[in-house]
Amino acid sequence: MRAPAIPPLSSGPTPLYGAYGIVKRFGDFTANDGIDLEIRAGEIHALLGENGAGKSTLMKILYGLLEPTEGVITHRGDVVRLPDPDSARRLGIGMVFQHFSLCENLTVAENIALVMPRALSGRALAARIAALAETYGLHLDPARPVWSLSAGERQRIEIVRCLLQDPRLVILDEPTSVLTSGEAETLFVVLERLRAEGRALLYISHRLDEVRRLCARATILRAGKVVGACDPRRESARSLAAMMVGAQVSALKPPAAAARAGERLRLERLALPAPGLHATDLRDVSLGVSGGEILGIAGIAGNGQAELFAALSGEVRAPEAEAVRIDGRAVGHLGINARRRLGAAFVPEERNGHAAAPGLSLSENAVLSRHATAPLTRFGLLRRRGARALAQAVIAAFDVRKAGPDPAAGTLSGGNLQKFVVGREILAEPGILVINQPTWGVDAAAAAHIRQALLDLAARGAAVLVISQDLDELFEIAGSVAVLHAGSLSRAMPRAETSRAAIGLLMGGSADPAGPPPALGAPAGRPEPAHAEVS
Amino acid sequence: MSLDIVQMVLVTVVSAATPLIIAAMGELVAERAGVLNLGVEGMMVLGAAVGFAVAVETGSTLLGAVGGAGAGLALSALFGLLTVGLAANQVASGLALTIMGLGLSGLAGASYVGLKREPAPHLHIPVLSDLPGVGRLLFGADAFVYVALALVAGVSWFLWRTRAGLTLRAIGDDHTATHALGLPVRKVRFLAVLFGGACAGLAGAYLSLAYTPFWAPAMTAGRGWIALALVVFASWRPLRVAAGALLFGGTTVLQLHAQAAGLGLPGQALSALPYIATILALVLLSLGRRQGGSLAPAALGRDFTPHR
Repeated sequence: MRAPAIPPLSSGPTPLYGAYGIVKRFGDFTANDGIDLEIRAGEIHALLGENGAGKSTLMKILYGLLEPTEGVITHRGDVVRLPDPDSARRLGIGMVFQHFSLCENLTVAENIALVMPRALSGRALAARIAALAETYGLHLDPARPVWSLSAGERQRIEIVRCLLQDPRLVILDEPTSVLTSGEAETLFVVLERLRAEGRALLYISHRLDEVRRLCARATILRAGKVVGACDPRRESARSLAAMMVGAQVSALKPPAAAARAGERLRLERLALPAPGLHATDLRDVSLGVSGGEILGIAGIAGNGQAELFAALSGEVRAPEAEAVRIDGRAVGHLGINARRRLGAAFVPEERNGHAAAPGLSLSENAVLSRHATAPLTRFGLLRRRGARALAQAVIAAFDVRKAGPDPAAGTLSGGNLQKFVVGREILAEPGILVINQPTWGVDAAAAAHIRQALLDLAARGAAVLVISQDLDELFEIAGSVAVLHAGSLSRAMPRAETSRAAIGLLMGGSADPAGPPPALGAPAGRPEPAHAEVS
Repeated sequence: MSLDIVQMVLVTVVSAATPLIIAAMGELVAERAGVLNLGVEGMMVLGAAVGFAVAVETGSTLLGAVGGAGAGLALSALFGLLTVGLAANQVASGLALTIMGLGLSGLAGASYVGLKREPAPHLHIPVLSDLPGVGRLLFGADAFVYVALALVAGVSWFLWRTRAGLTLRAIGDDHTATHALGLPVRKVRFLAVLFGGACAGLAGAYLSLAYTPFWAPAMTAGRGWIALALVVFASWRPLRVAAGALLFGGTTVLQLHAQAAGLGLPGQALSALPYIATILALVLLSLGRRQGGSLAPAALGRDFTPHR
């Protein structure tokens, strides 16, 4: 059974891989409902859909991790069975996971060796990794343990591991979500090259401008069904988003000129030695954020973002109390709860394990960061009703989709959990909000929701500091942007006076971070709005 | 003369350490795969009973050792079925199997209580075994001692030099990621549990066939628990386990001599010495070595159910 919206399937040579009538049910939940998909050699095929549309389930079926309830998969026209990933790999299917399938306590080389043929190990493998890094610009230190690597570096391992298997079909799940624009460019060169080599690529991304640039065919999923197929080059990002969501994605409403209150958050020459062998020193970082302002911190992963966030939140204390000021008070020696009581709120990068405890329910997670600022305890005892009410308020305000009244945080999709952890802090009406990678791996609708919430918060007079690798995002919401490179922060540049190219150069460290921004091209006019809203 | 006394002491140290090394190596492999088997004590004591019974019936120490290892393996197969196959709680299942092993061993060994047999034969190489000072220590031990040494070397080699060992460590670190890569998580865990059980059974057989060549109920006297603790405090490294076991054996022998010499310290304090010394040494050893990640296999004790 085929959904009526699909154009006739094959009209041409036999597809390299095909999936026909794929149905996958988990209990009475149907994740995939009669999906047809054909992938030809030498094409980059986009798979679009919101979180929960069934993309991950379909990919897991193609990679042999799940067996479909109904439907068949073909390879060069022959029906094949993929009972496990090993058989998928033997048929030439490789996968770059979004949620990295890496073992933290093993080294880079060991993680790669896990799925390599037995003959390839030790020095030969290290040589292959180095050769691949050279060819594609994916640099890795094979001896480093994974726990010491940033999210961007971890993704590089995934990509290298996949490419080492010389696959015929590469499935990429949100491959650029943690890459900087420079790194993403490098990846696109790799992908174009793989396509030119005659390989097929299945490309899953929320970044519609990337899809429009790379892919000649797109299949759009919504609620487990194929709702459309198109040539993304002939569509606008907005029309693609509309097909995914089933309704128009609202453009961000810029805040009414926010009243610029005085400076609310201040870092003064903060210097922190790296906490670990593989961390970054913070060097004389100074910044100020006024009420009503959003300051963006751009930078490539691993240049001190995590350390800066820890110093701001109080997870790491500053050497001098005066190095961090909240509303004029020196708080460098205060811990995270004391800072929260002064009206600050913090959203860390990692949703699972840092911002939220995946095994605890949403109401319990609400208590985790709000116990100091919301009336959630009485005589030291937990007020469960209060916690549930708080969680419900967040869920309602941020449209968090979930199963059951108060499910474990880990059962939510990434976008919904992110909406929950951001909403939890914003509902506290903080005077200062520090947020690290606010929309990492989040679908377009949820990202727009979160960004709008940040804009609204600033409009109400809060000082908002956004640390992000996503330049589109920063140019969309931040009033000014500073660049963190190797632990040093550049001066903040008003958005209207800089450009992506200038920021990109600073991110690469090619200009003196303390100096004036390099003059590049025409004076930057209005910055482009972000990807989902290009019309 | 005094050299021979030193050698005699060292021989007792080694024989006290041998069962701990064998049992702990098995447990180390199981825990590296992510399974916490608290049933070591039970598998060990069952191995002691069955090993002694088989040896008495057949008259062969080798068959006795094989029987002991087989008994431990059988009990661990039950444990693996529960925890790996059915994803039952590992702590509860392990404790239950320890109690079950103690009970079963009493049943299996009931008619052998009080019997005696020759201890396991010791190696004798002419000239070498008679070397003064070192001959008996290096070339005159029983086969179990050499098996224990081979286990230490073999497990180290397996875990860090083979692909299968890498797979096992990866599965112990993150079963979700390794499952996503298509590695056989449950199969590897089950095999690791079987290996651990066989080692525990063999360690028990050593007690009843070589260390004290008779069977008495509950004769393991908590050695299974010591082996478990050794694995943790040795931060899951085979050489440290061996060193910890030797230290434990050494202080055990030392405090016996100290009690005999009448140092004036209460006997209970001296009896506690091996435990304190071992824990102290291994804690110091594992301090301040790493700044991130975890020493323990990250998935240790967590059950895993793939959904298909």
